[in-house]
Amino acid sequence: MTMAPEEPKVEVPEGYVKLTIDGEEVIAPKGELLIRTAERLGTVIPRFCDHPLLDPAGACRQCLVEVEMNGRPMPKPQASCTMTVADGMVVKTQRTSPVADKAQQGVMELLLINHPLDCPICDKGGECPLQNQAMAHGRADSRFRDTKRTFPKPLPISTQVLLDRERCVLCQRCTRFSDQIAGDPFIDLLERGAHQQIGTAETAEIYDAASHTASGKPFQSYFSGNTIQICPVGALTSAQYRFRSRPFDLVSSPSVCEHCSSGCAERTDFRRGKVMRKLAGEDPEVNEEWICDKGRFAFRYATAAQRLRTPLVRNAETGELEEASWTQALAAAADGLAKARDGKGVGVLPGGRLTLEDAYAYSKFARLALRTNDIDYRARAHSAEELDFLASRVVGTTPETGVTFTALEHAPLVLCVAFEPEEEAPAVFLRLRKGARKRRTKVVHIGQWTTPAVSKTFGELLACVPGGEASAVEGIAQHAPDLDEALRAEGAVVLVGERAAEVPGLFSALHRLSERTGARLAWIPRRAGERGAIEVGALPTLLPGGRSVEDAAARSEVEQVWGLEAGALPGTPGRDVTGMLNALVTRDLDGLLVGGVDPADLPDPALARKALAAASFVVSLEMLPSEVTEHADVVLPIAPVDEKAGSFLNWEGRRREFSITLEGTGALPDCRVLDTLGVEMDADLFTQTPAAAAGDLARLAPKPTGSAAAPDVPNGHVPKAGDGQAVLATWRQLIDEGTLQIDEPHLAGTARPVVARMSKASAAGLGRRVTVSTERGSVTLPLEVADLPDGVVWLPANSPGSKVRATLGAGHGAVVTIAAGGDQ
Amino acid sequence: MSADPITPVLTKRWLSPQSWRLSTYEKLEGYTAIRKALAGTPEQLVQLVKDAGLRGRGGAGFPAGVKWSFMPPNEDKPHYLVINADEGEPGTCKDIPLMMADPHSLIEGCVIAAYAMRSHHCFIYVRGEALHCIRRLNAAVREAYEAGYLGKNILGSGFDLDITVHAGAGAYICGEETALLDSLEGRRGQPRLKPPFPAAAGLYAAPTTVNNVETIASVPFIVNGGADWFRQMGSEKSPGPKIFSISGHVERPGQYEAPLGTTLRELLELCGGMKDGIPLKFWTPGGSSTPLFTAEHLDVPLDFEGAAEAGSMLGTTAVQVFNETVSVPWAVMKWTQFYEHESCGKCTPCREGTYWLAQILERMVAGRGTEEDIDTLLDVCDNILGRSFCALGDGAVSPITSGIKYFRDEFLALCEDNRAKQELVGAQA
Ligand SMILES: Cc1cc2nc3c(=O)[nH]c(=O)nc-3n(C[C@H](O)[C@H](O)[C@H](O)COP(=O)(O)O)c2cc1C
Ligand code: SF4
Ligand code: FES
Repeated sequence: MTMAPEEPKVEVPEGYVKLTIDGEEVIAPKGELLIRTAERLGTVIPRFCDHPLLDPAGACRQCLVEVEMNGRPMPKPQASCTMTVADGMVVKTQRTSPVADKAQQGVMELLLINHPLDCPICDKGGECPLQNQAMAHGRADSRFRDTKRTFPKPLPISTQVLLDRERCVLCQRCTRFSDQIAGDPFIDLLERGAHQQIGTAETAEIYDAASHTASGKPFQSYFSGNTIQICPVGALTSAQYRFRSRPFDLVSSPSVCEHCSSGCAERTDFRRGKVMRKLAGEDPEVNEEWICDKGRFAFRYATAAQRLRTPLVRNAETGELEEASWTQALAAAADGLAKARDGKGVGVLPGGRLTLEDAYAYSKFARLALRTNDIDYRARAHSAEELDFLASRVVGTTPETGVTFTALEHAPLVLCVAFEPEEEAPAVFLRLRKGARKRRTKVVHIGQWTTPAVSKTFGELLACVPGGEASAVEGIAQHAPDLDEALRAEGAVVLVGERAAEVPGLFSALHRLSERTGARLAWIPRRAGERGAIEVGALPTLLPGGRSVEDAAARSEVEQVWGLEAGALPGTPGRDVTGMLNALVTRDLDGLLVGGVDPADLPDPALARKALAAASFVVSLEMLPSEVTEHADVVLPIAPVDEKAGSFLNWEGRRREFSITLEGTGALPDCRVLDTLGVEMDADLFTQTPAAAAGDLARLAPKPTGSAAAPDVPNGHVPKAGDGQAVLATWRQLIDEGTLQIDEPHLAGTARPVVARMSKASAAGLGRRVTVSTERGSVTLPLEVADLPDGVVWLPANSPGSKVRATLGAGHGAVVTIAAGGDQ
Repeated sequence: MSADPITPVLTKRWLSPQSWRLSTYEKLEGYTAIRKALAGTPEQLVQLVKDAGLRGRGGAGFPAGVKWSFMPPNEDKPHYLVINADEGEPGTCKDIPLMMADPHSLIEGCVIAAYAMRSHHCFIYVRGEALHCIRRLNAAVREAYEAGYLGKNILGSGFDLDITVHAGAGAYICGEETALLDSLEGRRGQPRLKPPFPAAAGLYAAPTTVNNVETIASVPFIVNGGADWFRQMGSEKSPGPKIFSISGHVERPGQYEAPLGTTLRELLELCGGMKDGIPLKFWTPGGSSTPLFTAEHLDVPLDFEGAAEAGSMLGTTAVQVFNETVSVPWAVMKWTQFYEHESCGKCTPCREGTYWLAQILERMVAGRGTEEDIDTLLDVCDNILGRSFCALGDGAVSPITSGIKYFRDEFLALCEDNRAKQELVGAQA
């Protein structure tokens, strides 16, 4: 007999355990679920209800394995998706255990007895976990020859989500997602036994009051599309994609969402040059595996019938825009811009939706071709205080130096100020909710009412009058000592949204708060291009990399990199958006170069319209006809994100690169159009392609932040409403009348109801509807009571029937007139 | 029960006039145990119940004292005592009669158990259909409050306890303790994933103990009689008295109290034997979820160990007796329809499996079964047993597997006619 050589002893690190799976020893972190440990070893245990980001359910019983503890086999097979690893555990999966294998085959057979087996007409066919696992772990034939359970189908759960209850395996992924991740538990399990089904109060057929969902409301969630994606069968499908293609006909391309500043990873699936659907991509640092419905469904703007595909030049005689060749159009644009530049000058409004590369091209074009600092990407309310804030607190921050999604999840406290996470940056909302749910992050909101996001982050509301946010922040030390203390805790974060620009003194107050308590401060704008535009200097005060236009040394750095003569760059700050518009009206500025900007988004749409009319020459780079193209002398069509490469900087300052999805459409990115236009004007931008633009930008490494002066503006007075008046609170809803949401009726159907909100006392006597007016116009909406401060009215900013800027010419913190809106 | 050879304990007051009244209860030793209990410490009580060897009467037979000792010793969160009075197991009819006849014994037990577990709120979850019983329980709780046995500072001991009587909605699954807790919280009753166990996170995520009515009603007797006295009844591992609910083809069906370990032969004597003398064919020792027994098992001692050794379970000691006139496949079909109806739907094996089993059995009983169906039945049962989320699925297959085990011929006979006219079976599924 030979002695076996001594086995090398495997060290088990602290916090880990050693177990055996299918005869192989493995070290696993304590608390890991068996199904994951096995997966790390390369053994995929079949599953349906299990999802790494959902709490375990153990409902489908597909993942059964045999387990031995302390040398004793457990009498029943165990669900590997609910059992955690333990030291000395011996696990046998289907690979080595006939019992586990039979159990899995048995469950699979049972799952299929009531399944319609309609794979050939099912959207999921070809990418279906049920189909795949049935092939891998099931029997070839079923012994079931009795009557299948049937249900009418499909049932609309919302305008977007359709339910086929026959295909459903009742894994509860969708209901658990809605309940745990999104916090919108509108779909639920109804009935029991074989009648158990997913549904809402509306879909329940057996009208047994006890079985209805608690809320009794239709499924309404900004995240509903995720349920479709995680459904392991074809039970949930989208109205948008249903029956439109087969997975194996699709080409997939990793992409980045163009809608908000979160920069969620996506996967774009296309077929024969047309995008068929978008799915959530996986990025644990950013969006994990979730995206919002806007990111998922709002992409048909790119195939809208009215999409601009050829350049247009205004015929001087007829005054009409006419199709032109690129050569003609570029020549006309270059000529007009040069004249205007040599007159009173040209202002540049790039808009907040550009990629980093495109925004850089605008920044460089302004300085080189137009020789001006009159550039401001902020197509929204803005202030000089904000410019200081962006220069001193935002530009140059990166995930290494600034706040991140992960930091939010782990923060002991997050204070949201003038920021509505679910409406403005849904992925941020999901992370806040996750932190609050799993790690007990305390979330405090300084806002006007207990919005869904406040409740769903288990948050606390500090209500203030709109425009009173700065005073509220200043008052924290005195009036909320607990909060003040909590802000001093390691990891505490303050988040501020774009609305802060409408509240004088707020950025300054937040800066002081952060200095005083040590809480980290992050700015989360709404649009995807905002953060990048700051970085590339699409602002009147900044050059690329956060360099101040007033800093001679910084200018000369840029001049060198750009190959300019010393002193070529103007050293005085340019005009901001409002400054440019005013200058156009007073004829102190002649021309305008406009990217994707909707005048209705600007602080004063009427002024914008006047300015466009007054401008002697307007060039518009657009994808869709707009109020700007109506006034433009030359319109140059540009490519939507799917038809170009590039990157967005998300709010964390994280670069989110994507390559081209649809090749060869002929559509050009802004950077290319500007590059060619530059050539026509004797300015070499070196931005022929996004890659070239990125390379050029990379030579201007960001200057470390901290050198710019912090904002220091006193608090504005808190607005006060007189008799028959109210102070207006307003922000945008995620799903509203935004340009990029056109042509998506199913998505539009999931928007939140458009209502005005007031406190009970203030709403008294107004009836069911309220009319909110200014001297410009009025908005009448159904009135709902909410916990707003008295004398405040809230309106959605850009929803059907409530276009606040366009109609009222007012914004957050304005004093408006209130009257009964009549019953209708 | 005049001819009862055994001195009753749990049922001793049942035949007294107005036995449910506080005054009757007090006359017959009622609320004497509570004084002794409140004079001692919680630890002493837990030890006493452990020493007595009291095992849960809800079906699983878990030692009550051990379960109580899982409750945390601190009171960081409120502790809850929940009484399972859902009594859903087919054939079981002991808890409701107990609460009808002697509600105060349960209430006194609740006070003692709650004190032992540092709980100040006890819920009694009663099957909703048992309206009369709920009223009686409510009346008894009211009486107990008025007499100072409930509420603040009970009998000057400083101990507070509130009891809430809660009406369920009559789902079998709501007798499963975690589904019961969900239901009590106002949700759909479906079993919860364990861990966490109720003692760690039960009702409203606070430490909770769920006990059956009969378990808790036994406690005052143990406090008064002591562990040794209690152990004089029953067997070493299954001590104490037990209420057997005897139903079916016997002369005098009803509740019969006898020590654990009593045999069916002895029970039949108590209830006057088989009805009209028609011989016994099969019976359940503890409800339909416990595998069937036959006439061969007349002398199996009905305690937890005895029933298990003979291939079944003690369950709820719901003895359902069937004589030779009853078709086993038919009875099995009826039971299976019950489980199909009552499956909560959470897990695949039970939800889909009972749906399938019921159809096969219905087809068989209608004379459209095949011999192959018997194998399919057994194999589907094998795929449910031990594979479902909770024990309902396990219970559902008991009648089928045991029925086929003892009476396969009867199933075969049903398929016999069908053998000749085998229909063509398409590849449907
Ligand atoms: C499907 C199912 C139904 C049950 N129904 C009841 C019941 O009606 N009454 C009961 O006391 N226990 C019932 N139980 C057992 C309980 O889960 C639990 O074990 C018992 O209430 C614990 O009390 P005990 O320890 O005092 O027996 C049921 C269990 C299952 C799986
Ligand atoms: S075995 Fe499964 S379906 Fe059946 S009652 Fe238990 S959890 Fe529900
Ligand atoms: S995947 Fe484990 S029970 Fe569903």
